[in-house]
Amino acid sequence: MSKLSRLQSQATPWLLLLPAAVLLATFTHIPAVTTFINSFYTTPRGARPARFVGVEQYQSMLADPVFLAALKNNAIYALGTVPLAIGLSLLMAIIVNSSIRGRALLRMSFFLPTVLPMIAVANIWLFFYTPGYGLFDQILANFGFSSTNWLGSPNTALPSLMLLGIWKEAGFFMIFYLAALQQISPSLAEAAALEGASRWYYFRRIVFPLLMPTTLFVLVNALINSFRLIDHVIVMTRGGPDNASTLLLYYIYNTAFRFWDTAYASALTMVLLAALAAFSFIQFGILDRKVHYK
Amino acid sequence: MSYMSTLRAFAVSGALMMPGAAWAQQVEINFYYPVAIGGPVTQIVEDLISRFEAENPDVKVNPIYSGTYSETISKALAAFRAGQPPELAVMLSVDMYTLVDEGAVAPIERFVETDEDRAWLEGFMPVFMSNSQTADQTWGVPFQRGTTVFFWNKNMFEEAGLDPDVGPQNWEEVVEFAGKLTKRDASGNATTWGMQVPSSLTSYWLLQGYVAQNEGKLFELSGDQTYFDSPEVVEALEYWVSLAHEHKVMKPGVIEWATNPKDFFEGKAAMITTTSGNLTNVKNNAPFPFGVQILPEHKKRGAPTSGGNIFIFEGVDAEKQEAAFRFTKWLTSAEQSAEWSIKTGYIAPREDAWETAAMKTYVEEFPEALVPREQIPFMVPELSTYENQRVARVIDDAIEASLTATKTPAQALADAQAEAERILRNYRN
Repeated sequence: MSKLSRLQSQATPWLLLLPAAVLLATFTHIPAVTTFINSFYTTPRGARPARFVGVEQYQSMLADPVFLAALKNNAIYALGTVPLAIGLSLLMAIIVNSSIRGRALLRMSFFLPTVLPMIAVANIWLFFYTPGYGLFDQILANFGFSSTNWLGSPNTALPSLMLLGIWKEAGFFMIFYLAALQQISPSLAEAAALEGASRWYYFRRIVFPLLMPTTLFVLVNALINSFRLIDHVIVMTRGGPDNASTLLLYYIYNTAFRFWDTAYASALTMVLLAALAAFSFIQFGILDRKVHYK
Repeated sequence: MSYMSTLRAFAVSGALMMPGAAWAQQVEINFYYPVAIGGPVTQIVEDLISRFEAENPDVKVNPIYSGTYSETISKALAAFRAGQPPELAVMLSVDMYTLVDEGAVAPIERFVETDEDRAWLEGFMPVFMSNSQTADQTWGVPFQRGTTVFFWNKNMFEEAGLDPDVGPQNWEEVVEFAGKLTKRDASGNATTWGMQVPSSLTSYWLLQGYVAQNEGKLFELSGDQTYFDSPEVVEALEYWVSLAHEHKVMKPGVIEWATNPKDFFEGKAAMITTTSGNLTNVKNNAPFPFGVQILPEHKKRGAPTSGGNIFIFEGVDAEKQEAAFRFTKWLTSAEQSAEWSIKTGYIAPREDAWETAAMKTYVEEFPEALVPREQIPFMVPELSTYENQRVARVIDDAIEASLTATKTPAQALADAQAEAERILRNYRN
């Protein structure tokens, strides 16, 4: 083999990787590094250029009531929506996996919320939540409840968004569970039946452990989505009233593109990235060892 | 961006087909405009532009719809930072300090040369200019401006034994009328609220009306000082909150801008305050006779201005800026100003626009259109500071916290003032 052809054979894989690498670097890695660097400077404005301030942006976060509220809201949002969405999706998957009548219709209707764009769904739900003559108030009026300002009260604004989040997400996760359920060999169910195991025992000791890889995957995705999806916040409450429904990413968006404080937004972004990285590490590093793979 | 470059490509290919002379001379400018009201705004804008181009064959204007007001400033500033700003854009008058601080916009005086130019610039009403000028320069040209007005349902007034042709004239009357107009079912739940004031998003704007009526002010025109915790402001917010909590004549919690007129149409609210931009909407959709008037008074009358100015950007060729100026001047002259006002419902910000034949005919047919104009002598400039969006958000949060009873008005406003102080401190010399 000549020198040239050896060089060629070494260069080929790199050349093949180049398009993907360029795209990833341009749109993911370089912006992430730039964001990290920017978070240590002030925001340049007109005549005043950016100035190095060290960790000042991170320090001011601790004294920022809106950031703390956003962090708390996001924690509540994640803790409230993720387990419920996963539980609901598993339940729906089991229902549509059994041989009941109208199964195709049921599968479709469970999956429908996933197909609709979040913006459209949020606008529809905006009507559901309208005080007085919205869908929920009209239904509740039949049971003697008075009108509720769902999105306009600090106690109900975030739960209202969470309910929409669960409804929107569960159908998507159902698909993964459904696929996983259909992978489970029917002979296991037959064997369990022969041994006299109850259906609950069969689910708890056989089906659920076999679904663990799917559950882990869904858990990671649900958690990321709970930090990533803010379309409904923008459409329905814009974080109000008094930041009762402000989520972290929405606050970052506001800081960067409405307040134009790009440096502070960079610092906030680093916090979000760090939190997501920590979750992924916990899930894949620690939980993964306990998951049973076939 | 790709949309813009496509537009450019189209424009260039169009220009190439023209005779050489025209191609050499034609200046092309991009015009960002938001749509904040109902109606065929895009069509009206394009129609105006085609007439301007017919009169000025050497200028080509590309109208670019840019979403809401906040999306427009986001896009325009992002484009400016990337070195490709539009030549001109319609943005909120109150974002002036933000734009000046960024060095993004050019002072209008730079382009004013002839006596005719000067006469044009002096023709705008002073109250609309106060949100357009700082440091002895004019940075924005008043274009689509508005105010808040007061609507009431005449049928409900009759049912409640009130004179349907006379709205409440002061704060006490609002409470009194609203008490009579609020209807409750057997279990005591309200089915119709006497009074509704929107409080989602830019609610500071409605607070500012109450503050002006209470002889107070929210901010200093220099844009670096706010007075959120002053007694006049606290009293104003306490009055607003009392409508919901003490007198129980207003829906508690936050009231959406969009549902407020709808509540009015549905008979869920008997009296509402909303933007004068809703005049045509109410006229077309209220299934009952309605009354409209300027805001009720307290110590005096008062209401804030609102709306968008035209800004000319820096960072483009002087020749293009000059073309942008010519277009701005044409668009805001008496005739076009009157036409824009009639077709959209915005207040024409020039005295001479109200003297045009078209405007006189319109006002005769639709006398309600005169109400926003009646309010002009009592108007105060809308809250406008450095980092305006952020400061506005701080006071909006305080209003929401008070209306939802999370904090008392005094506490909420003290917190807001402290936060505004932290933001604006950097801008004082």
